[in-house]
Amino acid sequence: MSRPRASRPGAAPARSRLRPGDLLALGFHGLRARPLRAVLSSLGIAIGIAAMIAVIGISTSSQALVKERLSELGTNLLTVTGGSDLLGQEVPLAEGAVAAIRRIPGVQHAGSTAALADVNVYRNSEIAPSRTGGLSVAAADLELLDATGTQMLTGAWLNEATAQYPTVVLGRAAAERLGIQSPGSLVWLGGAHFSVLGILDSSVLVPELDSMALIGEPVARQLFGHTGNPTTIYERSDDARVGAVRTLLPPTLSPEKPSAVKVSRPSDALAAKNTVDQAFTGLLVGVGSIALLVGGIGVANTMVISVLERRREIGLRRSLGATRRHIRQQFLLEAVLLAAAGGLAGTALGWLITAIAARANGWALAIPPEVLVAGVAVTAVVGAIAGLLPAVRAARTSPTAALSS
Amino acid sequence: MSEDAAAEHVVELRAVTRAYGSPPTVALNGVDLRIAAGEMLAIVGPSGSGKSTLLNIIGSLDRASAGDTRIAGHEVNRMSDAELSALRAHAIGFVFQQFHLSDGVTALDNVATGLLYTGMPARERRRKAEVALRRVGLGDRLRHHPRQLSGGERQRVAIARAVVGEPSLLLADEPTGSLDTKAGAGVVEILAELNRSGTTVVVITHDQELAERMPRQVRLRDGEIVADERGVAA
Repeated sequence: MSRPRASRPGAAPARSRLRPGDLLALGFHGLRARPLRAVLSSLGIAIGIAAMIAVIGISTSSQALVKERLSELGTNLLTVTGGSDLLGQEVPLAEGAVAAIRRIPGVQHAGSTAALADVNVYRNSEIAPSRTGGLSVAAADLELLDATGTQMLTGAWLNEATAQYPTVVLGRAAAERLGIQSPGSLVWLGGAHFSVLGILDSSVLVPELDSMALIGEPVARQLFGHTGNPTTIYERSDDARVGAVRTLLPPTLSPEKPSAVKVSRPSDALAAKNTVDQAFTGLLVGVGSIALLVGGIGVANTMVISVLERRREIGLRRSLGATRRHIRQQFLLEAVLLAAAGGLAGTALGWLITAIAARANGWALAIPPEVLVAGVAVTAVVGAIAGLLPAVRAARTSPTAALSS
Repeated sequence: MSEDAAAEHVVELRAVTRAYGSPPTVALNGVDLRIAAGEMLAIVGPSGSGKSTLLNIIGSLDRASAGDTRIAGHEVNRMSDAELSALRAHAIGFVFQQFHLSDGVTALDNVATGLLYTGMPARERRRKAEVALRRVGLGDRLRHHPRQLSGGERQRVAIARAVVGEPSLLLADEPTGSLDTKAGAGVVEILAELNRSGTTVVVITHDQELAERMPRQVRLRDGEIVADERGVAA
């Protein structure tokens, strides 16, 4: 009896094949078989991704608002105030400072306010002098409105004529506190009646104007001994020249002591506030990714248990002709589908939370679409990683498992 | 024996030994067994006699530690996992004592699963599954779920699944072990019917009565073949 040992007799058997569509059906079948378990184990993933999407969505929605507002207001506004000398004494700005600033190349508008100490404004002469309501009185330059970009809520701004007379323009908060709603009313200012010309709208970049009562420079000189030294100068220049103007301002105003002049950019403060928000966002995204990690571990745990429970099913499939690779693919796909289902639900939930938050705050809903796509993609990757070990274990299950009863 | 004659053997074991663990426990010890195409036989022995190990080796689910194993003309010891899987997908059908049917799926789809790993399109699988179910007399139970079927009917579904791919070898592990006498007799009759139409059928059992209804009985004890009797029944 001789048998050829070197070559394999007979034709090689046809290959085991699993159609991609059938593989997909197997993956879904595994989830459908234990729906409660599938829901619970994908819940962790869903919560993690929902938290991340909501945090990113809320932060981008609010940032979109800040950006929009900044571009509306412009970032070319600089404010100049007097600094302090070596002894800590405040150094006032020079009388001709505004005119000097207007001569700097690139400057479009410059306006100023000069705080009038010991001058207060009241509703009428009957009010006790101590009840100033936190309002201050300042002499304003005629160009202040253009320089700060502030709008009038009602009435008119000062002009060459009205600036000579006891007339006043109130900041919005000042008008509210004094109980003034329309121009034409009288207020008691520094011991005289002043007629209200108009009320300013509140301004994001120069909020300090809100609680001020502004009078013309000539009338301030006449009644309150105003010397013409501005307290704060507001300056607007070409966007491209902002940096250059900023370096030129101190030497222009105070050639001998440039450090005695302080220049700041109000839009920087808004941007900085935004940066703080971003740091907070980073923290929340970190928390969200921990939730995602925990969710991934949950999926891995479910899959490990599933593999142990389904030894017979695996054995049966092997006896029906499944290769190790087919078993591995089936369990890996199941883990990916489990996680992706959680990801899909979580993304929808995160979107919903963002939509509610945006509506409550009056923002436009601004979630980058790629974040939504990434949300589902990331969970699928988490599922693949979580399913790797269980899938390998499933593939290693002995084909004889179906028989050992 | 000529090579042609060898090719006609569906199963050919030469001095097959299977030992597990260390120190080794010998489950099969130098077993020689040839099963010709178209035969029907019982491998019978008490528990612990090595018949499950023998079934695993014949079914290419396990490899021998020593000796030659040829199944359907293929030398199993030299085949990769993928090749062995292909052999099971195309040439071997299994019937289990516990049926191993999917509860949430109709009888038709359970049977169609038998062709899942051949890469056949789903429609084709269903069509063949229907033919196989009619062959085992369950043409009126296509859409029933396993829970709605009796034990005997379930085992017939499992048999249909095993033969839907028209394998050259049908292995049945205690096929009547979970059934009452009447249902068991029905299952044996179907196996005999399949055998008459050309399928090689190997039944593994500890049940003497069942074994004696087969044309050939291979008796196993302590990992060795102690008797190989033919022509008593059928």
